[in-house]
Amino acid sequence: MGERLRVDLDAMFRKWAGTVSRVRKKKSGYVPNNRKGFWVMKQLALGILSAAALGVFATAASAGTLEDVKAKGFLQCGVNTGLAGFSAPNDKGDWTGLDVDFCRAVAAAVFGDGTKVKFTGLSAKDRFTALQSGEVDILSRNTTWTVNRDTALGLNFAGVTYYDGQGFMINAKKLPGVNSALQLSGAAVCVQAGTTTELNLADYFKANKMEYNPVVFEKFEEANAAYDAGRCDAYTTDQSGLYAVRLQMSAPDDHVVLPEIISKEPLGPSVRQGDDKWFDIVKWTYYALLNTEEAGVTQANVDEMKNSDNPDIKRLLGTEAETKIGTDLGLSNDWVVNIVKATGNYGEIFERNVGTGSPLKISRGINALWTKGGLQYGMPIR
Amino acid sequence: MIYDPRVRGIVFQIILVALLAAGIWWIVDNTIENLRRSNITTGFAFLRGRAGFDISDRLIEYSSDSSYGRALIVGVLNTAAVAAAGIVTATILGFLVGVGRLSNNWLIRKLATAYVELFRNIPPLLVILFWYQGVLALLPSVRDSVSLPLGSYLNNRGFYLPRFVWEPGSWLIFAGFVVGLALSWYLARRARMRQMATGQQFPVLLTSIALVVGLPLLGFLAAGMPVSVDFPQKGTFNLTGGMNVKPEFLSLYLALSFYTAAFIAEIVRAGIMGVPRGQTEAYSALGLRSNLGLRLVVIPQAMRIIIPPLTSQYLNLTKNSSLAVAIGYPDLYAIGGTILNQTGQAIEVVVIFMVVYLSISILTSLLMNWFNTKMALKER
Amino acid sequence: MQEHDMSWVRTEMALAQAAPRSQVGFGAWVRKNLFSTPFDAALSLLAILALAWSVPHILNWLFLDAVWTGADRTACLTTEQGGQLPAGWSGACWPFVSGRFGQFMFGRYPLEERWRVILTGILFIVLLAPLLIPKAPYKGLNAILFFGVFPFVAFFLLVGGFGLRYVETPLWGGLMVTLVISYVGIVVSLPLGILLAMGRRSKMPIVKLLSVIFIEAVRGVPLVTVLFMASFMLPLFVPPGMTFDKLLRALIGVALFASAYMAEVVRGGLQAIPKGQYEGADSLGLGYWQKTTFIIMPQALKLVIPGIVNTFIGMFKDTTLVLIISMFDLLGVVKQNISGDPTWATPQTAKTGYVFAAAIFWVFCFGMSRYSQYMERRLDTGHKR
Repeated sequence: MGERLRVDLDAMFRKWAGTVSRVRKKKSGYVPNNRKGFWVMKQLALGILSAAALGVFATAASAGTLEDVKAKGFLQCGVNTGLAGFSAPNDKGDWTGLDVDFCRAVAAAVFGDGTKVKFTGLSAKDRFTALQSGEVDILSRNTTWTVNRDTALGLNFAGVTYYDGQGFMINAKKLPGVNSALQLSGAAVCVQAGTTTELNLADYFKANKMEYNPVVFEKFEEANAAYDAGRCDAYTTDQSGLYAVRLQMSAPDDHVVLPEIISKEPLGPSVRQGDDKWFDIVKWTYYALLNTEEAGVTQANVDEMKNSDNPDIKRLLGTEAETKIGTDLGLSNDWVVNIVKATGNYGEIFERNVGTGSPLKISRGINALWTKGGLQYGMPIR
Repeated sequence: MIYDPRVRGIVFQIILVALLAAGIWWIVDNTIENLRRSNITTGFAFLRGRAGFDISDRLIEYSSDSSYGRALIVGVLNTAAVAAAGIVTATILGFLVGVGRLSNNWLIRKLATAYVELFRNIPPLLVILFWYQGVLALLPSVRDSVSLPLGSYLNNRGFYLPRFVWEPGSWLIFAGFVVGLALSWYLARRARMRQMATGQQFPVLLTSIALVVGLPLLGFLAAGMPVSVDFPQKGTFNLTGGMNVKPEFLSLYLALSFYTAAFIAEIVRAGIMGVPRGQTEAYSALGLRSNLGLRLVVIPQAMRIIIPPLTSQYLNLTKNSSLAVAIGYPDLYAIGGTILNQTGQAIEVVVIFMVVYLSISILTSLLMNWFNTKMALKER
Repeated sequence: MQEHDMSWVRTEMALAQAAPRSQVGFGAWVRKNLFSTPFDAALSLLAILALAWSVPHILNWLFLDAVWTGADRTACLTTEQGGQLPAGWSGACWPFVSGRFGQFMFGRYPLEERWRVILTGILFIVLLAPLLIPKAPYKGLNAILFFGVFPFVAFFLLVGGFGLRYVETPLWGGLMVTLVISYVGIVVSLPLGILLAMGRRSKMPIVKLLSVIFIEAVRGVPLVTVLFMASFMLPLFVPPGMTFDKLLRALIGVALFASAYMAEVVRGGLQAIPKGQYEGADSLGLGYWQKTTFIIMPQALKLVIPGIVNTFIGMFKDTTLVLIISMFDLLGVVKQNISGDPTWATPQTAKTGYVFAAAIFWVFCFGMSRYSQYMERRLDTGHKR
């Protein structure tokens, strides 16, 4: 009975509203009220629907990182938003750089194809959250390896792809006569927030009992632009970064990098804690890059080298009979061959991106192999 | 039974609470799991840790040896400083422009309208960046500083002003100032009571100025002139000494003031127009001159309309000060972000943000509500 | 009785005389509007002086002294900075804007796929324009298309699928992102805001309490904090491995933020509805939802149209804040091109870029506010006393 009455009332109401709106419509051309109400309701429903449609963006995953990456079909790699030589998109929007090539190497190890990788540009502030939350599978963004980051931030560093140290750059044209960082007392220094650089800067000036004026920026580009515009007397970041930044200045030749290195900055790729399998893959990709350089395996000669009789090279390239190294890692046995085919060995990556063959023209220095007096030492693959 | 709205309401609420509880439980569970996985400790103990970074704009003592907690306080104070300065300037500018929009002068009216329409329709962040990168960055370098009167300088490192150095004994000056203020307040009260009772007026404004300026001056002389002035001078890199207002602060302050003033102008205009025309006619009929009538009749009534929306503009300005992060002014938000990056304490930092901003909101609202009740129509 | 005889009575009307010279023409207008009192005169003089000084400066910078063509920064540098222009030159560097125009509009959206964005834009305008013109017919159908069908079409056009190449959101940028965020924000925040406003006025205590807590908490904090939460806290709240697109996080943040403000605006409208309307609806035997949809909401929403549009304008401006969480809306792209790219690094680049972005934002916001004033006049059905 109650149901019936309601329907009737509804009908009555509609009839009434129709009459009223017709009358009002004649008077003022006003949109009928009842339709407007309907419109509001519909908008509500549609709003929710469209939000649901956007939910497509969200991706769910499970199990280990390796399985997730294989299921996705590509590796998601967190890199710097734009640091020449390490990771920067070129004119066509393709990413290049040392950190970028490391991700390509990992992709090659996993998929046998170095192009199956997508890059996410991250600021210093975003980077750890992006890794922790699974937005990226690997963080290869000139990140310094510190104990705090290993423990409190839940990261695992897979190695050091570039041994760096923090330095200072000044505009020699504006500040002639300054040739040491110890002369910087009273200077305004541009620095990026949330980096080890910011902390080293504070420690250095404190240790040397000098005053300074930190001008702290959220983003790397902002700090560059402010330094270029003359907001600061000096700019500080890792030395490799200084060379890269210098290229982006409006008058690169005016700027000089001061000789002091005030900190140890071992930069390397990191992964989330708690996934040892994935950690192993990233770690051994790094060692594979070093070992191939040591063995003289290059992008050009890798196919030839596969026929080598040298047992070390055979083991390295997975051509040894009954080899299990690749499958034990969860990869294919020719994983090292794939890496070298995709990116070349560590030396090639270095030369191409930051070395003498690049605009940065940085010498190998401590980044040379241990056999040549450097610090790069690949653990044996056997 | 199903059609009883009360029963339905209760059922609906039970379902809602259940859903909400399930949602919160899900979130908390996930969060605990995530924190455990990434090995992040929880709790506010990190606030006692050594910060390790320096902050250039600070109102209290701070060095890299200070704790994270102190760094946050520096940030809160910086937020408060830029908000307070912005509120004062925006209010003055906003009232001027708002009155200008009602001016009889055609040119002034049009200029005020143009100002309002321009700034109201541009994002505040854009205004901040424009000031910072477009205007202040183009100022000359330190060596070519623009000299301004009174020994102050302007260059791309900001605005350098002479600074007073308070030597021992200068407490007398402050004491004089405080006593002067208190006396003026008392005087104003007495004068009003006398006027209510007898109709006799007393030159309150002039006497107050004399008291507020005179007593500190007396203290200054009595203590043997213990104040010296520190003028900015050229150092190796920057001007040293004096007081430095940095370009980050300047651009934030200017942008927030200009942007908010456009909104305040509209509020003021609406407030003045909200006073019925009869009031103007009435005071003219009583023979009051127009400036006196404005002061005694129109503005007190307009204030009642103006204050509530003005409060929300003040709050907006305070909240917009968090845009400082885009130009590197170390406000609460920027410093909190840095701390988050170093410690990974995302939840704690966000809780601190929430607490601080919400308490600023609540405090401002309470203050303005109190003012509002004081100004409200007292019906007798 | 006849002693006071009138000697003369005028029989015809006096001819109307022209107003005194001091009351007509340009001179009188100037006297009345610019120099009526000494104070006024002083103000006018000051204003005229200020204008005479600033307007030529601004025009020169914008047009006369501006550089219009060039391939890179050398076009906009003075001789002492390494270019060709005379020393002391200052003017807009427009080739920076024209050279980067594609980026300002589409970000890094692939060049060969940009037609998809343009098509979406055209669809948007074609559907929106008749909705805004009161006389255009088929409002209902139009609204369904605009709010119901368009989001899906736009979603697939912009993201990809059905044979179209997949374009990831990190590649999106520029004005396109600004508009996407605003559109989604508007479409989500209005209904959500209405629900929240109804919740706040609800008789159910728990619903009311929750609505009040949500609204006040969101309104009390800055949008950057909400965006910050969306980008740093959201990942902690969901199971490991589940990630959200960055754009989606920004959308959620902006929409939630705007809905709290929208709720307060709508509540203002609800409070202004006379009690008689509620009672009238009750006496007709209407249920809560019928009452709300057919009687209360239409009146309340009509009352607060200016407030709603102001919230939209506020939200449109607030989309710029996504640059703080490293997303590139129009302002973000302009800023990125100013700070992160030496090709156009000149002292004038920043000013030029920001003036250009300001002009675009201004046109959108000013247009919206003017349209709301127009609608307000139209919908004013004359109940005012």
